[in-house]
Amino acid sequence: MAGLATSFGSGAMTNPINDVNDSELLFLTGTNATEAHPIIGYKMRQAHRRGAKLIVIDPRRTELAEEADYWLQIKSGTDIALLNGLMHIIIKEDLQDKKFIEERCENYEALEATVAKYDPEYVSEVTGVPVNILYEVARLYATTKKAGIYYTLGITEHICGVRNVMSCANIAMLTGHLGKPNTGVNPMRGQNNVQGACDMGALPNVFPGYQNVNNDEIRAKFEKAWGVALDGKVGLKIPEMFEGANHGTVKAMFILGENPVLTDPNSNHIRSGLKKLEFLVVQELFLTETAEYADVILPSASFAECDGTFTGTERRVQRVRQAIVPLPGQANWQTLNQMMIRMGCLTNYKHPGEIWDEMASLTPSMAGINYERIDKDGLVWPCPTCDHPGTPILHTATFSRGKGLFQGIEHVPPGEMPDQDYPFLLNTGRILQHYNVTTPYSAGIMTLWNEEYAWVNPDDACELDVETGDRIRVSSRRGECSSKVRVTDRVPKGMVWMSFHYTASQTNAVTSHILDPTSGTGEYKVCAVKVEKLAS
Amino acid sequence: MAVATVTIDGMTVQVPAGTTVLDAARSIGIKIPALCYDPDLSSVGACRICVVEIEGSRNLPASCVTACTDGMVVRTDTPAVAEARKAILELLIANHPLDCMTCEKSGTCLLQKYCYEYGVSSSPFQGDRHEFAIDDDNPFYVRDMNKCILCGRCIRACEEIVGRSVLDFSYRGFNTKAGPFMDTPIRDSDCVYCGSCIAVCPVGALEEKKMIGKGRPWEVEKVRTTCPYCGTGCVFDLNVKDGRIIGVTSTDGDVNGRFLCVKGRFGYQFVQSGDRLKTPLIKKNGEFKEATWAEALNLIAGKFKETKEKYGSDAFGALSSARCSNEENYLLDKFTRAVIGTNNIDHCARL
Ligand code: SF4
Ligand code: SF4
Repeated sequence: MAGLATSFGSGAMTNPINDVNDSELLFLTGTNATEAHPIIGYKMRQAHRRGAKLIVIDPRRTELAEEADYWLQIKSGTDIALLNGLMHIIIKEDLQDKKFIEERCENYEALEATVAKYDPEYVSEVTGVPVNILYEVARLYATTKKAGIYYTLGITEHICGVRNVMSCANIAMLTGHLGKPNTGVNPMRGQNNVQGACDMGALPNVFPGYQNVNNDEIRAKFEKAWGVALDGKVGLKIPEMFEGANHGTVKAMFILGENPVLTDPNSNHIRSGLKKLEFLVVQELFLTETAEYADVILPSASFAECDGTFTGTERRVQRVRQAIVPLPGQANWQTLNQMMIRMGCLTNYKHPGEIWDEMASLTPSMAGINYERIDKDGLVWPCPTCDHPGTPILHTATFSRGKGLFQGIEHVPPGEMPDQDYPFLLNTGRILQHYNVTTPYSAGIMTLWNEEYAWVNPDDACELDVETGDRIRVSSRRGECSSKVRVTDRVPKGMVWMSFHYTASQTNAVTSHILDPTSGTGEYKVCAVKVEKLAS
Repeated sequence: MAVATVTIDGMTVQVPAGTTVLDAARSIGIKIPALCYDPDLSSVGACRICVVEIEGSRNLPASCVTACTDGMVVRTDTPAVAEARKAILELLIANHPLDCMTCEKSGTCLLQKYCYEYGVSSSPFQGDRHEFAIDDDNPFYVRDMNKCILCGRCIRACEEIVGRSVLDFSYRGFNTKAGPFMDTPIRDSDCVYCGSCIAVCPVGALEEKKMIGKGRPWEVEKVRTTCPYCGTGCVFDLNVKDGRIIGVTSTDGDVNGRFLCVKGRFGYQFVQSGDRLKTPLIKKNGEFKEATWAEALNLIAGKFKETKEKYGSDAFGALSSARCSNEENYLLDKFTRAVIGTNNIDHCARL
């Protein structure tokens, strides 16, 4: 979450999920919450029905878009222009929170200078949102007290994902919608423990708790605890690792519970990288597409077979418990520990609680959390001491970085737009019933939703001469896949929408190779494709 | 905030004005039976089993929809109250299958519980019985409306919690039936299989298909855990019998309360899928061969050491997992940085 980390100094949801309940305004951008985060989606719907205003920004007509007070059907990839346009109006109408800007933030001039260029007429042209709606939404957001921004992949998976996030941070700071209940900038994480994986330092630049590897003092602390000298140079991100594998600089890899062949953009590049490795270990539940490339596969135990913790999107650390004996005979932490011991790291953990405690002793923001305290209910970090109640709302008095950093951010058109040869825009996402890779192994779910349906607008369907149930081939400059069609006006003309849940339709063979320069995130949301009808 | 002082069965309690008599009584440990009442849903006062006596009131009001007023004197344990509750139960079971010996709900069914408490074993009322067809033409639910007591909890859960309003009452009088619009099977409705209706049904009318016949409630161990799907952090109970997971039931999560989505409630099945890997595999001549843990781990340690010596630590990369626990992520982090000696670790934070 590089974007929020730059603006605020911390990259997590600023407010708790249950703040949705008594909000007065929910500003949803690029999130299909009722499908991707159903429980949060229920809460949003309940809040809306109790009177909260609902603004939904999405090119697709999602369920919440249907109910929204304002549905802004922007052209894909124009989020920054829209947000800049809203800020332009807010400043023009003098609706910004001057006290908050003055006392809590810095670099306001840069923002002012940038958004000055985004007058409503221009923004309307770029985004497709009518001028009067821009005014109404800007006023509503700026003048409603309990107004929170919520987003998911729709924002972060663009080439400009990080800057999209910073734009959200900008508009929240501009209106002072931070550090208070029912406000904030709230990224809803897609996977059960993305928050935790980041928190634990499964990132090339930080140790657990976002402590920088290139900070000598911090490194010294970890060197002392771990008893070895540590490297201060920032490591490789996923795309760089596969780049390295393709170029022969990365020779060996360990992949824990991920299936990048299916889930990463531009999977052909991943496959060729995996093929070139001298040694690959994959620890997995199933023989996945990625595991096929391994030299050694270690069987994983599932969440129901290991004790441990997950950290939810609101930074809440909660217990996961072993319910049944691990099918492979041992829990994952035991496997990892045995591998460490065989390579000379002699710590022998007896229970995952000991692993947590070691981590917490090195991580000030989680030092006050232990298994005993979270036996029933979870705790929300930062939680520095054992008598600290946790911190559901961030940035109440100061930002983690001190002052909130405004940044002038320009609209950047998507890296690849439809053209004559590839006239459609492919947009990808998640459907309610599935979740990246495990649900296809759940029999009940597969009986109802067992194959990919690419969504196509009725006008396009006429031109392509396809009906719901027909098969199409979707191809980009990088690869192709095939899928059944669902004709629906939930997608605008010119757009094709697909999920990435099914092995039979490898959507990510098609998606873009263009990456966000800061986070390395694939641009899953926008890429140019052509669509052809296949004989059924 | 205005408070009301009420006396219930001789005990005095102060509650915020507007609190229902039912909630006030339960707050001081007085048990009042209730079927249609659910703390997470709006109260409708339909089943009337929660009736009490209130001084100065001519009839017996339903405590779930009666607000406490200052000075109110309530009795929950009089013969008239017991009589009324018994009559309601007798009416309910007059048209109820009473197949408790095979009913999945036995042991957690509220109708059974209250009949036990009020000593109701049969009904003096004999009349027509429903013969509704059972709706089980979907992978998740069995809906036996012959057992439905028309409390309407499922309808309110679907509308008030999930916001889908798939369910409502159809027909009238004796034929009244709770179910999808136009009385279609659930498969043909807009149901998203979140299971909220199942979680609130007080009787055996709504059951989870996969749990039927898998074990009695008292034989099942409930293991509180956190959902492995999206990042919301919903908490539920894995139900375990004889070392196998037989289903998921609701508990009281910080974030989700008792409610879940289709993935949380039914997505556990992958755990016991026959496709799971159970032994380490080593590739020999392009084919995977089963190996022992020691063989696999020794090979891995040897190869990683060799890579490190030959090409340096930075020739290694680790992909950690946003699906795995904090502890597993921490160990892989420590392995990569401390054991191998590189910062080449990342995970798919982007998904
Ligand atoms: S499962 Fe959920 S959506 Fe379906 S009827 Fe029940 S409450 Fe409604
Ligand atoms: S199905 Fe269950 S919850 Fe629904 S009305 Fe009947 S008894 Fe009540």
